[in-house]
Amino acid sequence: MSLLRAAAWVLLKEMRTEWRTRELLTTTVVFVLMVVVLFSFTFDPTREESRRFSPGLLWLSFLFAGSLMLNPSFTREQANDTWQALRLAPVEPFAVLLGKIGANLLFLTLAEWLLLPVFGVLYDVSLLRVLGSLAGVLLLGTLGLCVVGTVFAAISAQARMRELLLPVLLLPALTPVLIAGVEATAGLLEREPRLDWTWVKILAGFDVVFLAASYLTSEYLAEE
Amino acid sequence: MRSPFLLPVAGLALVGAAAYAIFFVAPEEATMGAIQRIFYFHIASGWTAGVAFLLAFAANIAYLAGRAPKWDWLGVASVEVGLAFCTVVLITGPIWAKPVWGIWWTWDARLTSTLVLWLLYVSYLALRSLVEDPRRRAVACAVFGVFAFLDVPLVYFSIRIWRTQHPQPVIAGGEGSGLDPVMWQVTVLTMAALMGVMALLVWQRYRLEALRQQTAELALP
Amino acid sequence: MSTLAAPDAPHAGPPAAAVIPPSILLRQVSKRYGAVTALRGVTLKFAPGEFVLLLGPNGSGKSTLLRVAALLARPDTGQVDFADAGGVVLRDPREVKRSIGFVGHNSLLYDDLTAEENLLFFARLYGLEHAAARVADSIGATGLWKRRGDLVRTFSRGMRQRVSITRALLHRPGVLLLDEPAAALDREAVGWLAQALRALHDSGCTVLMSTHGRSDLTALATRAVRLETGEVKSDVGGPAAEAEA
Repeated sequence: MSLLRAAAWVLLKEMRTEWRTRELLTTTVVFVLMVVVLFSFTFDPTREESRRFSPGLLWLSFLFAGSLMLNPSFTREQANDTWQALRLAPVEPFAVLLGKIGANLLFLTLAEWLLLPVFGVLYDVSLLRVLGSLAGVLLLGTLGLCVVGTVFAAISAQARMRELLLPVLLLPALTPVLIAGVEATAGLLEREPRLDWTWVKILAGFDVVFLAASYLTSEYLAEE
Repeated sequence: MRSPFLLPVAGLALVGAAAYAIFFVAPEEATMGAIQRIFYFHIASGWTAGVAFLLAFAANIAYLAGRAPKWDWLGVASVEVGLAFCTVVLITGPIWAKPVWGIWWTWDARLTSTLVLWLLYVSYLALRSLVEDPRRRAVACAVFGVFAFLDVPLVYFSIRIWRTQHPQPVIAGGEGSGLDPVMWQVTVLTMAALMGVMALLVWQRYRLEALRQQTAELALP
Repeated sequence: MSTLAAPDAPHAGPPAAAVIPPSILLRQVSKRYGAVTALRGVTLKFAPGEFVLLLGPNGSGKSTLLRVAALLARPDTGQVDFADAGGVVLRDPREVKRSIGFVGHNSLLYDDLTAEENLLFFARLYGLEHAAARVADSIGATGLWKRRGDLVRTFSRGMRQRVSITRALLHRPGVLLLDEPAAALDREAVGWLAQALRALHDSGCTVLMSTHGRSDLTALATRAVRLETGEVKSDVGGPAAEAEA
């Protein structure tokens, strides 16, 4: 069973499980929406300032949402010990990890895209003309978030206070993603939109480094 | 059996020698005056913290490779000591910035990176305190430690590029500023002294962790 | 829920390709969880086809032994080796896992998936050919055909355990490890499992089962290993084995 096929089966299982309850997706979307709205009460969204603050608000909402919705990937496997069932199976641990990273990427991206039109309206920013580039930047950033986040969720699943521990572990580590994502998005939302490739390269570099690190450490995550 | 005073005395001697050099040998800096002398501790602590974290990274990898507990002990010892030196950097930075720039925090690239790194390694300690089983704890910390260290260059570069786009006052004269040769010597001396202190502290902390673990294993079958 | 069709014995055909299951060798295995030492220097060998009972009070290390043998727990010291008929140690953990089936305290099933979806998922992870057909076969044998499209969440405990055991047997493992299986089953299901174990034993599978007392399940035992505080206290083979329980 090849790595990618096994990962695909895990991904399908995650999607199917989520489809039954849809609780993770809906709660994440509501949360991101709440954070965006709350931010606009904190920083008065007049036209000029909103343009300057909006990329930061967007990425912060995604980061917070991510650090809260990643825990279930592993805590859900603790009910009925299904995590043991996954460890018993003759698949590479990285396949399971990759499947879960994929599922988290899918759910978070879905939540992001549901939010973007709302964001565009609330902050009066024109997203349509930069949609392609924005999609690329969001994807690279969310991928980095999900790779590191899923690994850290696996680690914190064994710890006490895991709901609080995951954000504590994750947020400092995602600083490069936050900075690069915000700066790249800010460039795209200017009057003359521009895509700063430096930031795209940093996001891509982050993704590559941590995908490799995940691959190398996946077997240790599955241990008892 | 070596005297328990040997190591602390050695440490004090090293720091004493560095302090003497800093206050009495190094010339006074032209524009900033006496406050500039804190630069030596600031820079040296930064490098020492970096070496400590590098040591932790090596220990983490060694642990994952062989599962020998001693690497886990070395890992936590290096992180704690590295964090202590990181704290020195974060305290000396504002102490310098206030008289020179008039504000406590200048969002200088190096200082900001150090802050993020400080947070990252503090969370290593948080993780450590929250996993109970020693084996799992060691593996969890080793994996997290590897990720944290790989993040260091990414954090550093992203913050640096970010700050060059939004320039702010720089602490400690920036990268390419020239140094008087005597100042350079004092800097190197201070670095050597602090690295020596770091080694002593790591050694002590390592032994402490070893004793803790061994005692825990003796208690109750 | 007692209006189930009387189940046939679950399909437990000969191990894949009628190959002799691997022998299991534990050498000086120790395992501690925090301050608790679950196993101390345990050395045991399980030959192919044996039906071994693991006996002992709670906390004696039975569950840990099974988990170590299932490659779920990594020993702190010592080694666990699986060797083929020629005595060659199997190095690839994935190959070894293909020959292991495990039934634990928990159902190891996803509550939010149907019985069929659960079994299909695991069939696919184990790389089974004609997965859908095999799953359909197996479900039929549990007597839960009518409930195959229902979420496992809605199942009674006994039904869950049946699906759980079916899941363990789906890939026709040569080695079956069971941790107190009778604990969650009603009497009808115990009989059903006993039939399954008989069929497995007859076809040459190795069975390692921890248990507390005698039941329909212990009748087939060829050997009884008693553990106490993580050490092997006694190891009895032959007809006397069941008497040990």
